[in-house]
Amino acid sequence: MSSHTAHDEHHAHDDHHHGPEPGLMRWVYTTNHKDIGTLYMLFALLMFFVGGALAMGIRAELFQPGIQILEPELFNQFTTMHALIMVFGAVMPAWVGFANWQIPIMIGAPDMALPRMNNWSFWILPFAFTMLGMTFFIPGGAPAAGWTMYPPLVLQGGWNLAFMVFAVHLMGMSSIMGAINVIVTILNMRAPGMTLLRMPLFIWTWLITAFLLIAAMPVLAGAVTMLLTDRFFGTSFFNAAGGGDPVMFQHVFWFFGHPEVYIMILPAFGVVSQIIPTFARKPLFGYESMVYATASIAFLSFIVWAHHMFTVGMPLTGELFFMFTTMLIAVPTGVKVFNWVATMWRGAMTFETPMLFALAFVILFTIGGFSGLMLAIAPVDFQYHDTYFVVAHFHYVLVPGAVFALFAGAYYWLPKWTGHMYDEKLGQWHFWLSTISVNVLFFPQHFLGLAGMPRRIPDYAVQFADWNRISSLGGFAFGLSQLIFVYVVYKAIKGGEKATDRVWEGAHGLEWTLSSPPPYHSFNTPPKVTEAEAHS
Amino acid sequence: MSGDASNTGRRTDNRRSALRLAAVALAMFGFGWALIPLYDVICEITGLDGRTGVAQAASLPTQFDADRTVTVQFVANVNSALSWDFAPAVISMQVHPGKLYDTHYLARNRTAAAIVGRAVPNVAPNVAARYFNKTECFCFSEQSLAAGEQREMPVRFVVSRDLPPEVKVLTLSYTFYRAPENG
Ligand SMILES: [Cu+2]
Repeated sequence: MSSHTAHDEHHAHDDHHHGPEPGLMRWVYTTNHKDIGTLYMLFALLMFFVGGALAMGIRAELFQPGIQILEPELFNQFTTMHALIMVFGAVMPAWVGFANWQIPIMIGAPDMALPRMNNWSFWILPFAFTMLGMTFFIPGGAPAAGWTMYPPLVLQGGWNLAFMVFAVHLMGMSSIMGAINVIVTILNMRAPGMTLLRMPLFIWTWLITAFLLIAAMPVLAGAVTMLLTDRFFGTSFFNAAGGGDPVMFQHVFWFFGHPEVYIMILPAFGVVSQIIPTFARKPLFGYESMVYATASIAFLSFIVWAHHMFTVGMPLTGELFFMFTTMLIAVPTGVKVFNWVATMWRGAMTFETPMLFALAFVILFTIGGFSGLMLAIAPVDFQYHDTYFVVAHFHYVLVPGAVFALFAGAYYWLPKWTGHMYDEKLGQWHFWLSTISVNVLFFPQHFLGLAGMPRRIPDYAVQFADWNRISSLGGFAFGLSQLIFVYVVYKAIKGGEKATDRVWEGAHGLEWTLSSPPPYHSFNTPPKVTEAEAHS
Repeated sequence: MSGDASNTGRRTDNRRSALRLAAVALAMFGFGWALIPLYDVICEITGLDGRTGVAQAASLPTQFDADRTVTVQFVANVNSALSWDFAPAVISMQVHPGKLYDTHYLARNRTAAAIVGRAVPNVAPNVAARYFNKTECFCFSEQSLAAGEQREMPVRFVVSRDLPPEVKVLTLSYTFYRAPENG
């Protein structure tokens, strides 16, 4: 295709679409990847605060021993809903939002491959979460058996089970559609010259995440459907009285559940792999090993599920198998951490907010990885199982892990998205307050767990009082600090210093060749990708 | 090549890829359901969840191991949703592997209404489960007790001669559940 015809085509195209439709309906009907990305991220931010408010309730109740503000039934509803909202409403949609905004402009595509489906997959979510949230107001209250939904307990609640199951179905459909869109876009829509091994790591990690979603979410959908028929239609999948087995649910659930944790963390690896080279002003160390490490983590994630259920009475060989495969994950993860550190080695580093969040991610996620290794030791797990040590572990990988990577990415690309530099001073405040408070919040929970405090309880023995109080104070501080982020985003949308196209001195990649903010329709003419711009 | 043609071509490609991936998702949904029979089969083969074996009396070997004695303990549990009394007649027996033994449990319906119950057996340790074979058991089918009725529930079992030598004690436990109403 000659450059002349390409130019003509560009013009013809512009005649049809000048930009977004005016008014509110733009957001309802939009099939534009940037609009949908924005919707996803704003929705995720809202859910982050809803789930966060529930967490504040939990920490307030745990501030001192005894029952003060949440009756045990309500407390259990809070913990269950907090987890469901944070996992399915905040972290996952936030990453899909990133994917929508970034994938087309990072691979040089005009839009996502399936724009209409993209609209659907977003607009399903508000319905799903309205349905889930409604359960607080129905007789019997919200789901209270934990986000893991173990039978028989989960079958002993009220009508909320039906609402939860349908909400999970909708969330599942939304993420499967999102995942299909991501894969098709990445495989079919890359600009000429953007070979697979020239793709930025964020693209690679999302591609692999999307495959995990397609493989894992349908299994969850199956498991919750069985809960539904057990509860309302007289089947006995998990009912021992009818010949079923409640332990089987745990197997099916965690077959989904472990890949799910990588669904939340692989895109984080990708974002951090974009940010560290930018601010170290060096190409990413070990690009290919990063790709292979991500793929091996994804593969291993499907054969380790029973490390969540060492105490159900597995035979020794089973315990050993799941223990060793779980520990094996530390190898590719270690490769990644090594590569990040090696990227920074002798780099000309500066510490803007995205870099600070990325660095904190590397350190604090690794702490979460270490406690995960401790939990993987089957004989030791009998002591830690269902204690606050587990709570501390997964909050370390999810909050200063996934959520910090989300903040890092948001600060990194915010100037590109809005066209304005964010307020760096406020960003630094947000970072330091969050980092200090998140450790005050979660680190003491390791001690509580090792001392034997069980999870999911509204009241506890007095010897746990001190660390719980400290943890709660950290929690309140962390919650309040997040308001700074909202203000920073608001300010950057409203105005501020104009961002340059490249934004960051050390940034490489196609997205930085576009204006800030990029035009509503970008890369209608595919760019040519050279080795120099791709690998940076 | 004109831009329009390549666009349409790409759109068809995208649709085809999307359908293929949707088929994968559908297959994984099916796999989720297939895990249920798969789980049963694996437990059946390995005895991992303490499932006991079932044997035909006629097919049993006539010889038994007179030199070896193992202890079989009997445990009874009743689910809280079932108002029955349930207990073993004897709490333990010394048995020779390969020999057929009889014992029974006692069940009584405490309520003023007929109730159908179902007993689920389990043998510990897990490794021994598949060497514990029952030729007759009240757990093979649902049991109905009339109001206030008491009944002896027989078990006839044999411990296989292949039982690993390190196993000295076996525990057979039953949990009685109220049978699902429409099940
Ligand atoms: Cu896991």
